[in-house]
Amino acid sequence: MTLELTPQDYSLLHGEHGEAAAFAMQILVSFADAVGATSLLDIVGAHIDGCLYHGQVSLDFVERFVAGGGRVRVPTTLNVGAIDLIHPELIRMSHPEQAPARRLMRAHEELGCVPSFTCAPYQTVFRPRFGDQVAWGESNAIVFANSVIGARTDRYGDFIDLCCAITGRAPAWGLHLDENRRARVLVRLTDFAPPVQATDALFVAVGLLVGVMAGDRVPVIDGLPPPRSEDQLKALGAAGASSGSLALFHIVGVTPEAPTLQEALGGACPEQLFEIRPVDVTRALQQLSTVPDGTGIDAVCLGTPHFSRNEWNRLLTALAHPSTSARPRVPIYVNTGRATLKLLEDEGHLDGLRERNVIAVTDTCTYLTPILKRMDGAVMTNSGKWAHYAPGNLGVQVAFGELEDCVASAMEGRVVRSAW
Amino acid sequence: MVSRRARSYAIGDAVGAALVLSQPLSFWGGIDVETGRIIDHSHPDLGRSVTAAILVMPAGRGSSSSSSVFAESIRRGTGPAAIVLATSDPILTVGALVAHSLYGVSCPVVVCSIEGMATGDHLQVVASGDGEALVTVAPKSQRP
Repeated sequence: MTLELTPQDYSLLHGEHGEAAAFAMQILVSFADAVGATSLLDIVGAHIDGCLYHGQVSLDFVERFVAGGGRVRVPTTLNVGAIDLIHPELIRMSHPEQAPARRLMRAHEELGCVPSFTCAPYQTVFRPRFGDQVAWGESNAIVFANSVIGARTDRYGDFIDLCCAITGRAPAWGLHLDENRRARVLVRLTDFAPPVQATDALFVAVGLLVGVMAGDRVPVIDGLPPPRSEDQLKALGAAGASSGSLALFHIVGVTPEAPTLQEALGGACPEQLFEIRPVDVTRALQQLSTVPDGTGIDAVCLGTPHFSRNEWNRLLTALAHPSTSARPRVPIYVNTGRATLKLLEDEGHLDGLRERNVIAVTDTCTYLTPILKRMDGAVMTNSGKWAHYAPGNLGVQVAFGELEDCVASAMEGRVVRSAW
Repeated sequence: MVSRRARSYAIGDAVGAALVLSQPLSFWGGIDVETGRIIDHSHPDLGRSVTAAILVMPAGRGSSSSSSVFAESIRRGTGPAAIVLATSDPILTVGALVAHSLYGVSCPVVVCSIEGMATGDHLQVVASGDGEALVTVAPKSQRP
């Protein structure tokens, strides 16, 4: 099967829309060929993961588009970079070291991308709608767009996400197509005593387990209680995209393509059945922490993926609680989108927070770039994704816990936890 | 000496000694671009160098940031001379295409049966623009 292009595709490929568009189309066509797509389709938006610096090639690639007069053809948001452009004083890198990473972020803006610099673009005005075809990078954003919103993207990443944005096209393959979106494996929660509590930890644990169980197949999860907020679905997807390569999940009665189990399965039988028991959840959560309760901590890191407005409300409530109104002994870093930060600032919610040792981090994430002042001890987090990657990326020990436990631990400077 | 027909995903010609990996390797988190060595602690070939080798493996793996890391290794001259895969991999294909476009350095990526190939075999890869490629294998034991 060969790739069939439209006259418009050929026109882009042959340089009639400029050098940059031709370059993007050449790469996109080769990619489409490698994945076996037989055509390209129109997209209505893109989210670019390429603004995180991986070396000179990252910059050379984008500068080629800038020099060729490139512009994105669809609304395009940017994922995190290596620098907090709003709070540059937080980045513990020399200025010369920062320069290429900074330029990479700016160069994307010159191509017409929106300087959102967030891994949660779905929390902004650029949230796609059900059924929208998009080309997104960043694993947590991909799985959220597909699963929670019902928009359609496959797993894109460096270079190719920008080629999609510049051409406004994506290969017609994978999760863009109906036939690949139905669930192939069934994951069932078994032996949980009703009513099952919708704790954050349950959604993180189920995400970690499903990521491993599903492999590259789409799972449908049965038996989860309704989430308290979509933040719990965000956490589930991010965890599953860390432990595995989860790009789409269904939850019966919760996500838009799974009103019933049968509809999620597309009327077919599941290829495989997995069961999650309470003991599996406990074990998955225990494995996330590399230190025991009571261990001293150097910091708390929240907001991976970026903290939503709703999560901020929970944090501010926890901080205002009479038992925790003292200044935390260790800093609480909160990764969040600049759009969310602006909203909170305008409403005065952030006044005096830094003095209280609560540090908002935008445009990047505390596991990607040197921000933490001390990393010789343990760090506590409410994020399954942070707990999964930080020991490898930063060499830190981690303790995972619910948001309120993280706040309580920051107050005491050691891991304290209410029972899961 | 035996030639195998292959599918070309990124064009170029290369000769070199085969480095046959029993497991797929993710370039992101798997390769040190400064040295070309495998740094993934869970990989059986930890510590080996991919530089100038014809890298043979069943498939690509892992993060889409591997495109960047692979392209960066080609730019620095620490990358492999070619990659021979049993199944096509879009991430590695894109890395090779971008490096070729930006720096004029080719690292052919081809797909064919990798059965019987062994580390140290002398391999020649010729990958043309029409999707056709030829991989010639001279087993290590038969070399003069």
